[in-house]
Amino acid sequence: MTDVIAPPGAQEHEELHLPPASPGHGDGHEPAHGGHDDHGPTGILKWLTSTDHKVIGLSYMITAIALFYLSGVMALLMRLQLTSPHSSLLSFGQFNALFTMHGSIMLYLFAGPVAFGGLANYVVPLQIGAPDMAFPRLNALSYWLFLTGSITMLMTFFVAGGAAQFGWVAYAPLSSATSSPGAGPDLWIMALTLTGFSAIFTGVNLVGTIFYLRAPGMTMFRMPIFTWNMLVTGILILIAFPVLTSALIMLFADRHFGTHIYTAVGCHLVNGAPMASCGSPLLWQNLFWFFGHPEVYILALPFFGIVTEILPVFSRKPVFGYKGMVFATMAIAALSTGVWAHHMFTTGAVLLPFFSFLSLLIAIPTGIKFFNWIGTMWHGQLTFSVPMLFSIGFLFAFLMGGVTGIMLASPPIDFATHDTYFVVAHFHQVLFGTAVFAGFAGVYYWYPKMFGRMLRESLGKWHFWLMFIGFWVTFMPQYVVGLLGMPRRVASYPSNLGWQSYNIVSTVGAFIIAISFAFLLVNFFVSWRKPVPAGNNPWDAHTLEWFTTSPPPHHNYTHLPPIRSERPTWDYNHPDALTVPHGRSGHANGNGNGNGKSNGNGKGNGKVTAGV
Amino acid sequence: MRIESLFLIFLGAFFGVVGLVYWFWGYDDGGGVMLLGATLLGFLPGLYYFFWHRRFQGHAYFYWGKVRAAGDRPSDREDAELADGAGVVDSFPGSSIWPFVMGMGAFMTVLALVFGTWLLFFGMPLIITALTGVTAESRRGGTV
Repeated sequence: MTDVIAPPGAQEHEELHLPPASPGHGDGHEPAHGGHDDHGPTGILKWLTSTDHKVIGLSYMITAIALFYLSGVMALLMRLQLTSPHSSLLSFGQFNALFTMHGSIMLYLFAGPVAFGGLANYVVPLQIGAPDMAFPRLNALSYWLFLTGSITMLMTFFVAGGAAQFGWVAYAPLSSATSSPGAGPDLWIMALTLTGFSAIFTGVNLVGTIFYLRAPGMTMFRMPIFTWNMLVTGILILIAFPVLTSALIMLFADRHFGTHIYTAVGCHLVNGAPMASCGSPLLWQNLFWFFGHPEVYILALPFFGIVTEILPVFSRKPVFGYKGMVFATMAIAALSTGVWAHHMFTTGAVLLPFFSFLSLLIAIPTGIKFFNWIGTMWHGQLTFSVPMLFSIGFLFAFLMGGVTGIMLASPPIDFATHDTYFVVAHFHQVLFGTAVFAGFAGVYYWYPKMFGRMLRESLGKWHFWLMFIGFWVTFMPQYVVGLLGMPRRVASYPSNLGWQSYNIVSTVGAFIIAISFAFLLVNFFVSWRKPVPAGNNPWDAHTLEWFTTSPPPHHNYTHLPPIRSERPTWDYNHPDALTVPHGRSGHANGNGNGNGKSNGNGKGNGKVTAGV
Repeated sequence: MRIESLFLIFLGAFFGVVGLVYWFWGYDDGGGVMLLGATLLGFLPGLYYFFWHRRFQGHAYFYWGKVRAAGDRPSDREDAELADGAGVVDSFPGSSIWPFVMGMGAFMTVLALVFGTWLLFFGMPLIITALTGVTAESRRGGTV
């Protein structure tokens, strides 16, 4: 590997050297160096030209959270429609457009990008001691493709014919030019093409960064679990998103260039079987779900990682079963690529035992993770700060969604509940549990690092408890009404089947969730107007990102602590309670190392002790 | 580099086994091809990394601007000191307008497919300008 060193006079590039080791008797903090990016342009030009992973990560997060609020409003409109069996609030077409856009925005533009574009972009280089992502300009391009893809998606509301109405899965032949004419579906396809390339570039960047830019001593099995999960997510992105992007391009060709890849038009039977070159609507489902099921884990694994960062910090223990967590993540990712057709059980054209068996197998590594999360908290010194509350909320929500997922992996149950509200409740509990509970746990947890100021605990707790209550009130009735037979994606329903009361309760819950998110906005506002300084490490956290200033300086570190375990910052600040490395015999410090004094606001009295 | 390579090889091997079982059970072309692609995605980079890992064992190599003794990178060694990684990490662009220009070019280009090819007159020049600009920027300022 050769280095090309910037020649003299090259203004736009900086040659970086590794930061020096931390001094022997450090005070645990050093002065900030101008916040995020004190180099180069300022103002709007800074935002347009920045290649700093922190600026790009924040841009991703702000965009994605804004889209989350917008998509939430769409959900409220749909819930209002369903409070009455024959409501005239929305037309059928408007309802179809809303559930299509709600799903598309939440899945493609919020849950994924806020994790791998936002939090991972910001946190992963910090956690491994890297100065930036491996390909900073590619990283910036990812954001611009994501933003323009998001704008393209929203433009669909303003073209003749309105937004796409074929659901976020765009099944063929419903997504054909005949069934879904107009510019709206075309823009939907183009939006996902742009964001698909954005995701692929981010996946390349994550894998490249984690493989090549780790600090000395930061071996693979010392990386924080969040970074591990983002590595696995990056690989999953590289497996899944190219399939989606190419499938979308073929869909566009079907719509405009006269191909028949997903349509059976013109097919005829040869010796009783379709001719070999015949198009197939089922091909779309196969391609889409080969993306779509890994996508579910692309939306889950980062959030598992967030929770695995938070639980040890607020239990004042190391994570229980570090390597078990890593291998469980790898197992989930590997299995998730072999289960795509469990979304297609009712087509009658898939290998039921194969997909059912692999789907059920996923419960094992997921169960290992649950076991380890509980083990991490077991006998810990728990403090119920807001990030911890959201993480525990995640455990309950994801457990319920996961258990119903095991039920749905069984074809007989799936046959009975397919396309009913039971499935809607299941995947909302899974995805709300991960992207919302765990996602906002991450926002509350890393906000002090990003902005150098705290969010208010009281407002955060209001946010949590209202959301927790609203979550259960919204989705539990949907299980029941689904088992009673109510199909999903309907704007009206018969009034004599007893479904209305469940829908009313569900709508009330949705509004409670909406109110809870008002508290988050208030919290941001209060934090902006009346900042409470956070210091370097307000949680007395373990991982490397908490060693640097809040917010981190340009290129992240002025010096680094010795990296001798997966908790270098803890080891630095608590030399009397060093983390025992994996595989070493002796007394683990699981119960005993929680007595170190917090070095909140960066006033640690840490002493370097390199050996263990 | 060993763990990285084994990680990818494991994924490739897993997808290979699943793909074989799936193919000989269901004879489904679509799923078989996708699992074959996933297998190659694991094996190709995994074996490449493993090859370099083996070469590093027992040979001196050039790393981070210095000739290193045999062994793995400082980020692969549990006993590595920060000083072991001293030297140039890499060259990073401070700021660059070209990703934004390319993003706008891509935006115009995809809109051209929906609203009319006239938008390509805006999209393609932006993409070409950005490609040229980013290449020239790299030649002046080193690699990223």
